[in-house]
Amino acid sequence: MKIQVQLRPLLKLQASTWLDPLLMIGLLLLAGAGLFILGSASNLNRHVVMAQASRFALGFALLWVVSHISPARLKLWTPWLYAASTMLVVLVLILGEGRGASRWLDLGIIRFQPSELLKLTTPMMLAWFLAARPLPPSWRDLGIAGVLIAVPAALIAKQPDLGTAVLVAVSGGFVIFLSGVSWKRIGLLLLILMVAAPVAWHSMHAYQRQRVQTMLNPESDPLGSGWHIMQSEIAVGSGGVLGKGFLKGTQSQLEFLPEHTTDFIFAVVGEEFGLLGVLILLTLYGFIIWRSLWIAVHGHDTYARLLGGALAMSFFIYVLVNGGMISGLLPVVGVPLPLVSYGGTSAVTLLIGFGILMSIHAHRKLMPS
Amino acid sequence: MNSKTVKDPRRERAQFARRAWIGLAVVMLGLGGLSARFFWLQVVKHQEYVTRSNQNSIHVRYLVPPRGMILDRHGVVLAENQPAFRLVVIPDRVPHMQAMLTRLKQVVPWSRDDLRRFKQGLKEHRPFQPVPLRMRLNQDEIARFAINRWRFPGVEVQPYLRRYYPYGALFAHVVGYVGRVNQREAARLRDTPYAELDQIGKTGIERYYEDRLRGQPGYELVEVDADGRPVHILQRIPPKPGQNLYLSLDVGLQQAAYTGLAGRDGAAVAIDPRNGQVLAMVSSPSFDPNLFVGGISEADYRSLLENPHWPLLDRALRGMYPPGSTIKPYLAVAGLELGVRTPQDTVLSTGEFYIPGHSRGYRDDVRGGFGRVDLVQAIEMSVNTYFYKLALDMGITRMDTFMAKFGFGRATGIDLQGEARGVLPSPAWKRARFGKPWYLGETVIAGIGQGYWVITPLQLTHALAILADRGVPHTPRLLLATQNGPGAPVRRVPTLPAGQPVIAKHQDWKVVVQGMEKVVYGKRGTARGLGDGFPFEIAGKTGTAERYSRTTRAWEGHLSTAELAKLHRALFEGFTPANDPQIAAVAILGSAAWGGQDAAPIVRKIFDAWAQQRGLPDHTLRGDYLTPAARPPQVRRAAESSAGGVP
Repeated sequence: MKIQVQLRPLLKLQASTWLDPLLMIGLLLLAGAGLFILGSASNLNRHVVMAQASRFALGFALLWVVSHISPARLKLWTPWLYAASTMLVVLVLILGEGRGASRWLDLGIIRFQPSELLKLTTPMMLAWFLAARPLPPSWRDLGIAGVLIAVPAALIAKQPDLGTAVLVAVSGGFVIFLSGVSWKRIGLLLLILMVAAPVAWHSMHAYQRQRVQTMLNPESDPLGSGWHIMQSEIAVGSGGVLGKGFLKGTQSQLEFLPEHTTDFIFAVVGEEFGLLGVLILLTLYGFIIWRSLWIAVHGHDTYARLLGGALAMSFFIYVLVNGGMISGLLPVVGVPLPLVSYGGTSAVTLLIGFGILMSIHAHRKLMPS
Repeated sequence: MNSKTVKDPRRERAQFARRAWIGLAVVMLGLGGLSARFFWLQVVKHQEYVTRSNQNSIHVRYLVPPRGMILDRHGVVLAENQPAFRLVVIPDRVPHMQAMLTRLKQVVPWSRDDLRRFKQGLKEHRPFQPVPLRMRLNQDEIARFAINRWRFPGVEVQPYLRRYYPYGALFAHVVGYVGRVNQREAARLRDTPYAELDQIGKTGIERYYEDRLRGQPGYELVEVDADGRPVHILQRIPPKPGQNLYLSLDVGLQQAAYTGLAGRDGAAVAIDPRNGQVLAMVSSPSFDPNLFVGGISEADYRSLLENPHWPLLDRALRGMYPPGSTIKPYLAVAGLELGVRTPQDTVLSTGEFYIPGHSRGYRDDVRGGFGRVDLVQAIEMSVNTYFYKLALDMGITRMDTFMAKFGFGRATGIDLQGEARGVLPSPAWKRARFGKPWYLGETVIAGIGQGYWVITPLQLTHALAILADRGVPHTPRLLLATQNGPGAPVRRVPTLPAGQPVIAKHQDWKVVVQGMEKVVYGKRGTARGLGDGFPFEIAGKTGTAERYSRTTRAWEGHLSTAELAKLHRALFEGFTPANDPQIAAVAILGSAAWGGQDAAPIVRKIFDAWAQQRGLPDHTLRGDYLTPAARPPQVRRAAESSAGGVP
């Protein structure tokens, strides 16, 4: 009863702000939890936490702006955005700078990874393409869709950033899946992928192969990537049900755990807040994904629906890959935990993605389907 | 037309909804699977991972880089690192802290100060980090602890490098000291590679060149057994030692200045005018910097703070003194350069000087005055009337502008922190400071370095060095050369002129220096006799500034020297050789009778030491170090006997 009473004013807010209150609450809770966890992982480094908070502020501002761009207009821009972001990745390949790998583009005021943009523009492009075609798509359309995915993914893999490349490809794949391709064809596509896997293996960089191998046998390489996984598992496992407490994680605070503010921050959650903290966080993620899918289903047209659905599913994949990585289920790929890991481009890109979902929600046809 | 090629929105919508809900099912399955994995790790396998986390596995050990040494210009060690042992406690592994401390006291005694610092350390460290309890264990204590070690889980003997200053009080202010990292410093170092640093430069060179001295920390990954004892090292990144710093200081000159000051309140500074290198820099009284290493005891600190002579104050850098007559040579240069005076112009000194139309008189040092004097004589006998009139004719603005070129009223830019700026009086300064207009009388007394004038000993030496080098300014420098670790080549730090020459006409310089030579060699020179038996010509100027007003007591002939000693500040500035200046030195005493009588002998002592060093071959910077023991022993003993400063 009480909860209902409190929810009513929030529901009223919906009319005035366009934004879906449930999704907004979920995102704000997640961002808050993210800052709290980052505070512990960075050992209460005010500089780090403030930097992340300001990126959240920017991200939420952009979310609000993007929510006012109607999906119809977005659809109009889509091919251009896709082409531009692909060109940026090419540009980075030519003159980019980064640590060991060239992923960053320096615009003087801001530095960002253009490959992150493709996490948005690739599903946009596929939704744009497939929405104009009769669905479920024909083999020919599937082939074109495959090329639209493969070009940016190959470019990103060349940076080399295998993790992001896979994620971009998967985000495009979700559009295909959601467009209603028959199960038979899905099975066939997966088969093709499995045949292609050995080819991919040979075109991989040494460090990427190493990572996959390490995942298969972490103990073989205690100071390489296996060290990451082992330490991360120890951190999580020693956390138990209730965790060791805020700032009390010996693994993370003693710096056994590498990159504990970025890719491995989930291990800090596991160590300091235990299974309880992990479940709360996963529930929050589950809630946000559910709400996003719900918004997608109620989208106005096929483009909006495909795009919204793909964004929601991509978000899920980030959580799954990161969680799988730190718990030793998946190889170490540089995938941050959405809205919790320290890092600007990822947080801002994700929030722009949610801005698109908010826009789909705001511009839905207000009538019973 | 095939039905499949036609868009059917309603069907597409339904199709999408089906797929989306399948997607949601996949999401729930994935998140569920993830939860199951966490359940497996955190509940089923929890105990196993707790064991692995607590005990063996691998520990990261921080390796402290050896701090760079500080040496004088000849390679004599002024600050070094001595191997020592300390007792550290890892709080997490101690079952009952209080009981442990009580038991430990029987084996290795610790003091109240140790406990205070230990408790502070407990707050600043995480429970699994070692916190030092007792520093500087002796052999007996180490042996006794080794036998009893089993009784003290979580307590370990740890080797470390302890900073040591072999000359003690002699270089206390200029070299400075290191101390324990305090909370503010710890916050600054957090998330840098230096987070585990336990000592940091607090003052002097130790502070200013902290970044060069501390080096790069290393670390090692060590496999340890259940008791936390290392089994073997998996990986080791060795620390990079800090840079060794060669200072331009000279132990011999420093020693001469120090013994010259003899513990009295004051300071002495010597600079090589050709390049700005600081040869000696002493503040007196001094203290033993070794007391601060590893944390000073409360009793020692209180006694230093409560000492009325303030031994912790660096008077050379921060001491504020009225310059008195020592500014007269600079004013003379200004008068000549600005064309206000020629060397031949004379002024009649009657003992009293009046601004035309004013009734207040300004006095000379001698009743009845000096008669008619020219510029050289005015400097020789320090005739106030000459400079009253010069100041008045020049005007405060021109005077102010020209004096600023000698560096008065601003920091010299020496490589030390916390330099005082002093005061160069000007109408603008007075308005900003007091909000009051400038009076003509203030111009007059500014002409003899009284009134608002305030200088620091370093500042005056800097000005003197500019004058000595014929007006070419050099920023004072202490750092002479650096060396990246033992055995590496020694790299000199270049010194360049800091600006345009101040003196345009060589003739002006010669006349003023002639006057300054007369101060030492003239019949009526205020420091006559100072150059007796010295192999080079000395040019100098005395200064005696009032501490308290003597308007009513100036002529009281019955005041004894002891009473006068409480009233004045005694200053002397001088350089040598007069025709080719190679050292410029200033001595200032906070309370003494006369500049010529009390401060000048200190400068002479410095010059004597300099003349002695001059004959020695320049074996500077060969890259090898001379331990203090390799130096004449009396140098050390003298330094130690006066450590702590005041009798």
